[in-house]
Amino acid sequence: MLEIRNLQAKAGDREILRGINLTVKPGEVHAIMGPNGSGKSTLAGVLAGRDSYEVTGGSVTFLGHDLLELDPEERAREGVFLAFQYPVEIPGVGNMYFLRAALNAIRKHRGEEELDAVDFLNLARKKMKLLEMDDSLINRSVNEGFSGGEKKRNEIFQMAVLEPKLAILDETDSGLDIDALKIVSQGVNALRDKDRGIILVTHYQRLLNYIVPDFVHVLSGGRIVKSGGKELALELEDKGYAWIDDTVAV
Amino acid sequence: MSTSVPSIEELANQEYKYGFVTEIESDTVPPGLSEDVIRLISAKKKEPAFMLEWRLKAYRQWLKMTEPKWANVKYDPIDYQKISYYSAPKSAEDRPKSLDEVDPELLATYEKLGVPLMERAALAGVAVDAVFDSVSVATTFKGKLSELGIIFCSFSEAVREHPELVQKYLGSVVPTSDNFFAALNSAVFSDGSFCYIPKGVRCPMELSTYFRINNGESGQFERTLIIADEGAYVSYLEGCTAPKRDRNQLHAAVVELVALDNATIKYSTVQNWYPGDKEGKGGIYNFVTKRGKCLGKNSKISWTQVETGSAITWKYPSCILQGENSVGEFYSVAVTNNFQQADTGTKMIHIGRNTRSTIVSKGISAGFGQNSYRGAVKILKNASGARNYSQCDSLLIGDKCGAHTFPVLEVKNNSAQIEHEASTSRIGEDQLFYCRQRGISNEDAVSMIVNGFCKEVFRELPMEFAVEAQKLLGVSLEGSVG
Repeated sequence: MLEIRNLQAKAGDREILRGINLTVKPGEVHAIMGPNGSGKSTLAGVLAGRDSYEVTGGSVTFLGHDLLELDPEERAREGVFLAFQYPVEIPGVGNMYFLRAALNAIRKHRGEEELDAVDFLNLARKKMKLLEMDDSLINRSVNEGFSGGEKKRNEIFQMAVLEPKLAILDETDSGLDIDALKIVSQGVNALRDKDRGIILVTHYQRLLNYIVPDFVHVLSGGRIVKSGGKELALELEDKGYAWIDDTVAV
Repeated sequence: MSTSVPSIEELANQEYKYGFVTEIESDTVPPGLSEDVIRLISAKKKEPAFMLEWRLKAYRQWLKMTEPKWANVKYDPIDYQKISYYSAPKSAEDRPKSLDEVDPELLATYEKLGVPLMERAALAGVAVDAVFDSVSVATTFKGKLSELGIIFCSFSEAVREHPELVQKYLGSVVPTSDNFFAALNSAVFSDGSFCYIPKGVRCPMELSTYFRINNGESGQFERTLIIADEGAYVSYLEGCTAPKRDRNQLHAAVVELVALDNATIKYSTVQNWYPGDKEGKGGIYNFVTKRGKCLGKNSKISWTQVETGSAITWKYPSCILQGENSVGEFYSVAVTNNFQQADTGTKMIHIGRNTRSTIVSKGISAGFGQNSYRGAVKILKNASGARNYSQCDSLLIGDKCGAHTFPVLEVKNNSAQIEHEASTSRIGEDQLFYCRQRGISNEDAVSMIVNGFCKEVFRELPMEFAVEAQKLLGVSLEGSVG
């Protein structure tokens, strides 16, 4: 469903991605690991269409679309979802109002009927259970006053409601204590589906104990320098990222 | 803008029922201001002698005053001798016969705002109109209100029918010499609204009026006086919209509110005068004096305003908290886009004991807009136990606009409690990207973020007005984020 070919991108004058190649098929879970500054979050941002990055080469095809040609909202409506590393607060905008607007924008794009407030709330309540989220969330503004863990949970809750075709989770595990990590992982696992691709961007192996990936890729210096199965993550944990730099001639 | 209106059609059919305009139809006093002009205005309106004297006194005071320069706004000098100080409604023949003859751009704005078809005609000045230039005829629901003893009529009618009330309260909150624009208004005001709620009566409906500028050369000088007698309650809505004009027009209104013991007045405004075009050409100069006096104990006056229009806004709805335990509130959203300038805020003057006031101001600047909040909280010597809470937030869209705040505190009683919070934020690229990543369009995202920012003010508005205000904000900021 996703074909990344020789993708290059820079932020300002700094080259960050130097030729990424990656194929994600429906149903697969890919973990992208790598040291700080290796380009993990840039890759996530470029796929979602964040305009602080400039794509300088390569191509990304998503379900037959040239993804790089689409605006961020068009990508979202086609089914690309990014769970943010730092979810953004929007004061005064109700969490549910926001999510309904998002869902209806996507449904409208698909030619489906928009959900009214009652139907939406029923759907949302079901998904809230999945993430063990507090009812008070209904009346709060988007991420405003949420703890770090609540924000991350809210991201996965949004993903559960929007049911994307491709989900990119950017450091979803950062800032989570072990209980929250378990809940978030349960939520993600429940969303694993034969039609859905998932890209997990993470620094630590720990998340992968809970969400077991089909493939692990190691990003270093803006390239994928090593790919393997889930055991690669354990090896990394054992030997550290320095091991990669030693084994791969950059 | 929908008042429940069986009356628009009704009023249209019984054109000029309230009489006083018929004989002066279509006439405009030549430009210029002198005692003779004021005598002429007063005579045309068949006013009693006390009104003429009051006007002349104001005029003589005005002559000695100078235009205030302290506001953070810039505009070309106004030539007061080039303004025509009186214009009655044009006759039906002079007005557009149907919506087909109206500026399509104006109609497009109504469309975006969702103004009902019937009202579009009224607002656009089509001949089937219920609201007129300078002379307001919108004295609707009169029968029903009069059963309760409520007086709601045009100012001219009040002068003729209830001179004792007018004489007692006119100028009691905003004296003729209060400021340059108030003095000018006092001398030449054309018409406006008058409202009196008798003792113990709760006005069963929102009272509303539309003001509109229709005549190219005439300044607009409205006068509003609302009195809530002991234990009375009234909610008053003021909505404005102006047709497109390409030269600046002066608008200098005065609104006075008086609340007696245990009375409450809630005054809500959605102001959408023509703001000028994208280059800053044209647009209304809006110099307004609005003030309420909580005269009685336990009285309350609450101002809520949504200001999206005008080239220049100079407006400080204020409260004089004289009665013990009286309460003053000010909730404001002011939007400036393109080349609009707004200098707006409030004054809360605490005179009585245990008086309380709340100020929530939200300024939004986009384009080259300049938005200033100017507020004063004064706690006088005898106002023991007075409290004030002020919150003053600014939102910037783009990097060519400005937000300014000028808060002043003057405390002469050391038992006062005062809190002031202020913030300035920019609509973040991060917020926009977050919304867009969820599938929400750029435009919807801006409108969502802005409406969220204004929420505390919008919830003070009556329901229908709140819906309209949200739409208005969307239209006002259209295209401000690329």
